[in-house]
Order: sequence, then C-alpha cells, then structure tokens
Amino acid sequence: MTHRIKLVLAGASMLLALVAASPSHAEVTLSFLIDNSPDTVAAAEALVAAYQAKTPDVIIEIEQRPGGGEGDNIVKTRLATGEMPDVFLYNSGSLLQALKPAQTLVDLSGLSSQAKVDEGFKTVVRADDKLYGVPFGTAMAGGILYNRKIYHELGLSVPKTWAEFMANNEKVKAAGKVAVAQTYRDTWTSQLFVLADYYNLHAAVPNFAADYTANKAKYADTPAAMKGFERLKDVHDAGLMNEDFGAASYDDGLRMVATGEAAHYPMLTFAVGVLKQNYPENLGDVGFFAQPSDDAAINGLTVWMPPALYIPATSRHVEEAKKFVDFAGGVEGCKIMIDTNTVQGPSLVEGCDLPADVPPVVKDMTPYFEAKGKTTPALEFVSPVKGPSLEQITVEVGSGIRQPADAAKLYDDDVRKQAKQLGLPNW
Amino acid sequence: MTETRPRSRNSPYPLWFFIPAAIIYGVLFLLPTVSSLWFSLTRWDLTTAEFIGLENFQQFFSEPFLVKGLVNTLIYAVTTSGLKTVFGLLLAVLLTSNIFARGFLRTLVFFPVLVSTIGIGITFAVMMHPTKGIINVALETIGIPGPGWLTNPTLALFSVALVDVWKGVGLATLIFIAGLAAISPDYYEAARIDGATRLQQFFRITLPLVRPATVIVVTLSLIGGLRSFDLIWAMTRGGPGFSSDVIASVIYKQYQAGFYGLSTAGNVILFALIAVIILPFTLWFNRREVEE
Repeated sequence: MTHRIKLVLAGASMLLALVAASPSHAEVTLSFLIDNSPDTVAAAEALVAAYQAKTPDVIIEIEQRPGGGEGDNIVKTRLATGEMPDVFLYNSGSLLQALKPAQTLVDLSGLSSQAKVDEGFKTVVRADDKLYGVPFGTAMAGGILYNRKIYHELGLSVPKTWAEFMANNEKVKAAGKVAVAQTYRDTWTSQLFVLADYYNLHAAVPNFAADYTANKAKYADTPAAMKGFERLKDVHDAGLMNEDFGAASYDDGLRMVATGEAAHYPMLTFAVGVLKQNYPENLGDVGFFAQPSDDAAINGLTVWMPPALYIPATSRHVEEAKKFVDFAGGVEGCKIMIDTNTVQGPSLVEGCDLPADVPPVVKDMTPYFEAKGKTTPALEFVSPVKGPSLEQITVEVGSGIRQPADAAKLYDDDVRKQAKQLGLPNW
Repeated sequence: MTETRPRSRNSPYPLWFFIPAAIIYGVLFLLPTVSSLWFSLTRWDLTTAEFIGLENFQQFFSEPFLVKGLVNTLIYAVTTSGLKTVFGLLLAVLLTSNIFARGFLRTLVFFPVLVSTIGIGITFAVMMHPTKGIINVALETIGIPGPGWLTNPTLALFSVALVDVWKGVGLATLIFIAGLAAISPDYYEAARIDGATRLQQFFRITLPLVRPATVIVVTLSLIGGLRSFDLIWAMTRGGPGFSSDVIASVIYKQYQAGFYGLSTAGNVILFALIAVIILPFTLWFNRREVEE
C-alpha cells in the first residue's frame, strides 16, 4: 500500500467517523410526560440520565404536568386528541381503566421486565388479559401517621382497636395537644378514614368489591362500609381536631404530626416524600399504623399501588419507547428510583430490595407485608367505580354538616352516576 | 337603547360583503353552540360519543346538589348584583362631587377590577383563615371572635360574594360616573332655585336620569354573577362540602371527573338559565325606557 492510498483511506475513515458522530445519525427523541411533584421529577430525571448514559442515540425530553384532577384532564384530553408524548406516567387501577387501555395504549405484556414484577401490581395495569404498564416507584399504604415523641411522652402504645385509638386521643387532648389533624382546605385529605378502612370492610364482607361493582352492594346498606363515615363523625364529635381544620392544608397536617403539634394524621404513606423534604429533622419522629377496626384480631393494611409508565398507541417511536419502559420497570430502573427517591413502602420488583435505613413510617409497614393476609389493595384498585364527590362528602361528615347514614346514601348516588358514565353493566 | 335595524333591501352593502364576518361567526360561535347541544345528548369520552337522549339532563336534575347549586347561583347573582349597583351608585355620586384627590380616589376604586381574580381569591382566602387570617386576628384584638368566613357552611357563599362586590364595584362606579356626567347641570340648578334639598335632588333627578347606566350595571353584574366561577373556585372550591357550589362549579366538577357529556348538558342548562332571566329583564327595562 502506498503512502498516498494510506492517507486517502485515513481521511475517508475520519470522514466516516465524523458522519457517524454527527446528529443526522438515526437519533430518536422520546417525549416523557410526568407529574410535577418533586419526588416524581427527581426519580424521572435520574432514570433518564441513567438510560441515556447507556443508550446515547436516544434523547428523552421530560415534560411536566400538574397532579390531581387537573392533571387527569390533561392526560385524558391529550390522549383523546393524539397529542400524548411517547411515554407517560399515570395512575393504575380504576383511573387507568377510564383511559380505555385496550384502545389507547400499547400492550407491554412482552417486556422482559414483566417477569419480575409483583403479581398484585399486574392486576392493576391489566385489561383484557394484557399488561399496559410497568411500576413507577414503590407501593404505599393508607392509615394513620402518628408522632412517636408524643406517644413516648404520654406512654401510649399503638392501638389495635378503634376504642384504644379513641382512648389514646382523649389522653392526647388532655395533654393539651391536637389529637387528630384534619386538613379540609385540601379536600382529598378528608377521605382517608373511609378509604383506609377498606381492609376492615374487606375482612367483614369479602365479596364487597365484586358486589359493589355489579351494583348488588351499597355503602348505605352495608354496616361495615358505613364504619368509615362513622369514624369521621366520631373524631369530629369528640372535639379532637385542630381548630382550623376547615382551612388547614395538607402541608399543615404534615407539619403538625411531624413537629408534635398533633398526635395523629390519617394519610397515605407517600407523605414520607414531603416529610423528608420539608421536615427532614422530624422524619424519625413520625410512625405509622393501620386504621384499627372494632376487633383486635382484624388488623391489617389497605395498600395503594404506585402509578405506572404507559405508551400511547399514537406514539411514533413505539420500539424505542418500549426499550426505555422495559429499563424503567426492571431491577435496574427500580434501584435507581429507590436510590433517588423516598421509599414509601415495599418494592414491587423482585430483586430490588429496600435499603436498611428506611424511615420509621416505612419500617412500621413491614410487619403487615410479612404476615400473610394482613394487606389488601384499596377499593379503587379492585373496582372501577369510585364516585368523584367522595372528598366533598367526607368533608361534610368530618365537619359535622352531614350525618354518616345520609352521606353513605349520597355517595351511592354519586357512584351510580360514575358507573353509568363508564357504561358498566347492571347500572 | 333602541336601534332601528337596517332592512336588507335598503342596505348599501352587497351580500358577499358579509361573508367573511359570517364565516368567523359561524366557525367561532355558531358551530360550538350547535355541537355542544349535540354533545349534551351523548355519553362522550372525547373520542367516542354515544347518543343517549335526554339522560344527561335527567341525571343533572336528579343530582342532589344541582338544586342547591341553582339556589346558590341565584343568591350569589342577586347579592352581588344588588350590592354592586347600590355601592356603585353611591361611590359614583361621591366621586363626581368636588372632593379632595378625586382622580386618585377614582383610581383606587377601579384598581381591584384590574387585578387577577385568582390572585384576589387566594389573597382573601389567606386573609379569611379562621385562626391565622389577618381579619380574624384583627377582630380578636378588639375582643370579637371572628367567624370561619370560608369554613362555616352558612357563611362561605356570602364571604365570596362580598369579595366579588369589592372586586367588581369599580366597574359599576365607572359606568355610573359616565351616566352622571350625561345629566345636564341645568336640572340641578333649576331644582336648587326651587329649594330642593340634596336628598330630593338625588331621588327626583339623579336616580331617574341615571336609569340607562343602572340597566347596564344590573344586567352586566347579573350575568357575571350567574356564570361566576373563578373567584368561588379559588376561595372555596364549592366547599365546605357543597355549601358554596354554584352551577358553574358543579359543571366544572363533572368535567374534572371525566363526565364530558354530562358537563356539556350542564352548560346548556346554564345557558338557558341566563337567557330565561336576562331576556325578560332587559325587555322589560327597555320597554319602560321607551314609554318614558
């Protein structure tokens, strides 16, 4: 080979390398829609950074949307108009069913990561025997956050029955503190006494979810289902709540239970994220227990599944999106999320274990998960019907405006409306 | 307020002249109105619409809170409209008289009109907090226990209405000032010569002659009150419970829950309600004006 040919070859290969490195090379940009809570953003950013380090030819752009009902609207509207990003984060369970996954989403049953996903989680992203999502984050539970310092000072122990809980409350009240924090400025927080009571309802009436979906059981006709509303009234009538309960916000509630202004705050354990961010020095003071029933033998946890990642059928990069979602739903993705994020409960991916130093709220959940039959998914994960006005109704009961029996009837009407709109049979 | 309509025969413009305007009107106003009438008769999830006849309307009227929302809407509209008219007229009389710093005071009254409603709602919600809000803290220092302005179910709607009046009275005042300026000073001069008191002048001259402005203020504020939503949503979200829900917030909640057909039906009902109240009202006022 002559020197000239060598030079030409070298030049050509350099050119080739340049062409290969230039952005015109088959590079794909995926859009990724998430909600704007700080926890979600941190986890999503870490996931994307790790994935891009492995797969530099795929660029992922994160887009944020508000949470709550407003975010629901955005997701539904964008899905309906075909404007949905390639990957999006949304609730599992009844809210997912409202998106009509069989028509609007890509089937993810074939992903290799699905093999290690918890069977309980799969039931809440399944439609027509196909899986449409992978878990984003850990499971969580609904119950009662309590201040461990107050419990220690007053010599209280974690209640196993509702009567014990109310006795604890009286002692806290006598000590001049708020026994139960309630925060009706953020109306959704008022539902916990009803929603977190589902384990107890399920224990008393195992068929409730199926009968309720089939329009055979009603809240108003089921004494065990009425309990949740009665709990709210009990707490209100006993004068155990903070004086400004009607105007206090979710963050006020967390502050009260974290700093020891209040002994109890009925809440979902996802609050750990905000607690860690806003009250890091108090995180160790907050513990957690399941909502007690009348019977000490029945003491279990109502569990909420995390949201999931989905791919809309309208995505133009389904293959690339699938690879990213597979990564996020696998052990590696799960570990990244657990490392960056606050752990809210047990992991749903086999081989992705929780670190040893989880906050007490999460540690307190473990016994329920380790024992058999001590957890059940919340009603909204086992039945597609959930009335949209529950939060207003629970505010009314919790404020003493409406009686439990009347509230249960009203909620049954609300549920009927939703079931009709979903076009469910038998309604 | 009467106008003579040009007959199409006598119109100096050819027909095609109206086509661009007609297209804009058709696409932006006629089409949405007609299609919302259609969607109100369907079960609609934004992709598919299934025709279900009048079921949505039936559902809307059997909604336990529709009746309450309806009553609340009327209470809210009448309260805000009435107070805006009364205060607007009184402020206008004050601000057209020869008082100190008149221009500045006029600006001060008009200022809240310019501020974002949501901003005002959030600010007042903070000020009306039952224990930490500035209003109750101030009341407490003089020994009066303040009520839960927004958390007491019987009070919440009126608290919002008062804020609405504070925000909207500037516009009413402005319209009344314009109306007062149109009254010839000769009347007052003649009245003074006849020995009329200030009060007599107000009731015998100002009030009758300011009627066109009054009609505008009442009509505008009544329509505004009937369809008001943003302030209520920012301050109470219809709460506590459902106690300050108005039709517009009920509709919004249906939309939020994903019941698109149902919420469209609610909008049709709101449209009909406003038409039923405002139309006879303006007709009646206009007729009386012509008679005088």
